[in-house]
Amino acid sequence: MATVSANPARAEASSTARALREAVFAGIIAFGLFVLYVGLKTDQNISNELILVQRWGLLAIFVGVAMVARFIGVLYVQPFLKRRRTAKSEASDLELQPSYFRRNFSTIAIIALVLYPPLMVALFGTQGSLKWVDNFGIQILIYVMLAWGLNIVVGLAGLLDLGYVAFYAVGAYSYALLSTHLGLSFWVLLPLSGLLAAVWGMVLGFPVLRLRGDYLAIVTLAFGEIIRLVLINWTDVTQGTFGVSGVAKASIFGIYSFDVGAANNFAKVWGLPMSAAYYKIFLFYVILALALLTAFVTIRLRRMPVGRAWEALREDEIACRSLGINTVTTKLTAFATGAMFGGFAGSFFAARQGFVSPESFVFLESAVILAIVVLGGMGSLVGIAVAAVLMIGGTEILRELTFLKAVFGPDFTPELYRMLIFGLAMVVVMVLKPRGFVGSREPSAFLHERKSVSSSFTKEGHG
Amino acid sequence: MASAPTTKAAAGAAAQDPILKVEHLSMRFGGLMAINDLSFECRRGDITALIGPNGAGKTTVFNCITGFYKPTMGMMTLRQKGGQDYLLERLADFEITKRAKVARTFQNIRLFTGLTVLENLLVAQHNALMRASGYTILGLFGFPAYRKASKESIELARYWLDKASLTERADDPAGDLPYGAQRRLEIARAMCTGPELLCLDEPAAGLNPRESLALNTLLQGIRADTGTSILLIEHDMSVVMEISDHVVVLEYGQKISDGTPDFVKNDPKVIAAYLGVEDDEVEEVIAEVEEVAHEVEGGQK
Repeated sequence: MATVSANPARAEASSTARALREAVFAGIIAFGLFVLYVGLKTDQNISNELILVQRWGLLAIFVGVAMVARFIGVLYVQPFLKRRRTAKSEASDLELQPSYFRRNFSTIAIIALVLYPPLMVALFGTQGSLKWVDNFGIQILIYVMLAWGLNIVVGLAGLLDLGYVAFYAVGAYSYALLSTHLGLSFWVLLPLSGLLAAVWGMVLGFPVLRLRGDYLAIVTLAFGEIIRLVLINWTDVTQGTFGVSGVAKASIFGIYSFDVGAANNFAKVWGLPMSAAYYKIFLFYVILALALLTAFVTIRLRRMPVGRAWEALREDEIACRSLGINTVTTKLTAFATGAMFGGFAGSFFAARQGFVSPESFVFLESAVILAIVVLGGMGSLVGIAVAAVLMIGGTEILRELTFLKAVFGPDFTPELYRMLIFGLAMVVVMVLKPRGFVGSREPSAFLHERKSVSSSFTKEGHG
Repeated sequence: MASAPTTKAAAGAAAQDPILKVEHLSMRFGGLMAINDLSFECRRGDITALIGPNGAGKTTVFNCITGFYKPTMGMMTLRQKGGQDYLLERLADFEITKRAKVARTFQNIRLFTGLTVLENLLVAQHNALMRASGYTILGLFGFPAYRKASKESIELARYWLDKASLTERADDPAGDLPYGAQRRLEIARAMCTGPELLCLDEPAAGLNPRESLALNTLLQGIRADTGTSILLIEHDMSVVMEISDHVVVLEYGQKISDGTPDFVKNDPKVIAAYLGVEDDEVEEVIAEVEEVAHEVEGGQK
C-alpha cells in the first residue's frame, strides 16, 4: 500500500520540480528576449535630447508572466492535453457526429453577420455602434475578402504571391482617380476597378510564369513594391505621398446619397438625426455582399474544370501538362481572378476611407493577408474567415484593453505590442496546427459519399 | 471524350496503317547522344513494346514523343483515325495530349495525391469540360449544358474506375491508394483524356505477379474496347511477351531489333545486349553490329 501511494506522490513532486525548472528556463529566455526591447527605451526629453529610460519593473512583469505561464503550462495544461488525446484516440472507433453548430457553421455565421449592425445599434446606440461596425465589422470583412481572393492564387493554385497588395492598390487608385477626374459613381467603378486589377494581374503574371517557388515569391514581392513606388513617384497623377483625398462616397445605387449637403441624403429623407453611422452600416452590407460574392465564385469555380485544374496544378504541374492542360492560361486565370477580388476590395477601401495614399499598400499588408491564408488553412474558406477574425479583430481589440494599464502601469499601450502578439500567435498556431485551422480539403465531386481529404496528402505547390 | 468507350473498334480488323511513325529521331544532351537516328513504327490497334537495358534511351524516346523534350533531329508523325496528321515535334507538350490525342503515364507515378480518385479522372477531362462550360463563363452562371457535361464526365470516370477496379475507392485521396492501384489509376486517368495512342512508361514496375496479371487484363481490355493503340516501355518480360504484338529493342540509343516477341526473343543481338557475351565472342558481335549499322545506313541512302 505504502509503495502504491508513494509513487504518485513522488511523480507529482518530480513533475512540480520539472515545471519549476522549465519556468526558470522560460524566465531566462524571456529576460534575454525582452531586456533590450522592454527593459530599455529611448526617448526624447524637452530639449530634444535622446535619453535612455529604464523600465525594470515592466521587464520584471514580462519575465514573471512568462515564468508563470510556463509553470502552469507544464504542470497542468500538458497533462490535460495528453489525457484528452488518449481519450480521443480511445473514442475514435465510435461514430463521431459533428455538432449541430459545426454542421451549419456557415449559415449561422452569415445570419449573425447580417444581424450584426442592428444588434450593435441596439446595444450601443447609433453613434456608439460606429466603432463596432466600422473598426471591427468592415475592417475584418475587408481582410476576409482579400484573404479569400489571395486564397485562389496561393491556396488553390499553389502560386506563392507576396505582392498581393499591389492589386488592392490598383483597385483603390482606380476608384479614387476615376471618380475624382471623371465623376463616375461607385457602382460603375467597382466592376471597372476589379477588371483593371485583373488586367494588372495578367500583366504581372505573364513574365513570372516560368518562375517557381521561392523565385516566384521574390518577383511578386518586387512587383508589389514597384507598384507602390510608382504610386509615390508619379506625383502628376497620384499626388505622391500626399495621396488622393476627397474620394466620393458610395451611394445606395444613386437613390440615396450619404453626402451631407445632398438633397437626397439618407438621414434627411428619412428624418433621422445626422450621423456617420448610416454610411458605415451601408458599407458593412456592401463589403459583406462582396465577400460573399468572392466565396460564392470560389466555391463555384472549384467545381468547374478551371478550379480543378488550379488544384491539380498545385499537386503536380508536369502531370497537368501530360493531361493536356495549358498551364500558362491556367496560372494566368488564377492570377487574374485573385487580382480581380483584390481590386474590388481596393475600390471599396477607397470609398470607405475617402482617402488613398501609398502608405496603405506596404508589404506588411501583403504579409498579413498571406498570414491569414496560411493560418486559416490553405484552400479552406471557413478557416480563412476565422483566421481573419482572430488576426484583425485581435489587433483591434488590443485598443480596447485599457484594463491592462492597471497591471502594467499607466504608460502601457497594448497596441504597441501588436506585432509581438502577432508573432507569438503565429508560432503557437504553427506548432499546434501546422496546416492551419482547417487542414483538410473538401473534394469537389464524389461518387458515393463526400469524404474530406486529410492534409497529409495535399501539397502546398511549388510555384 | 465520351465516345472513347463506345467506339468498339475491332482491334483485329485494324489496317496495317501506322498510327505513329518515328523517323530518324535523335536527341543529344550536350555531348551525350541519348538517341541516335532511331526509326520505328507503331501500327494502329497494336500494343508496341519498347525494351532495352537500363540507360538505353527508352524514356527519352517517350519524352520526345509526348513533347517533354524537343528532339535534336527527326520527325514524329501521328496519324489519327480521321486521317489528320500531326507532327509531334512541332507541338507543345499539352497540345500533344489535347490535339494529337496522345496520353502518357510516368515511370515514377505522378498522381494528384491530394485530390480524390474521382477528381483525378475529372481533371483528365479538362479540355472537354472547358468547352462544355463555355470556358468557365457559362458554367459559372449554372447553364444546363455544363451540368449535363459534368454528369457525363462522372459517368466516363465511373466507366474507367470499373475497368481499373477502383470504384470502391473513388472518394479516397489518390495518395492513399496502394501502389498497384495507383498504377492502374494513372492509366485510367490517361484514358480519360480520350487518347488514340497511350504511352505507358514501365506500367508494371514494382507490381507483384497478381497485380501485373491484372495490368495485362486492363491493357488488353483497353485495346479491345476502345481500339486505342498502346506504346509501352517495360522491363517485365512476362508482360512484354504476353501482351505485345510488336517489340522494338533499343541499346545505347540505337535500335538493335524490331519484330514480333518471338523473333526478338531469339535474336542473338538482343540476347547479347541483355545477358552480355563471352570475351571471345565480343569481336564477332561488334562486327555483326557494324554490319547491321552499314546495312541500315545503306538502306537510308
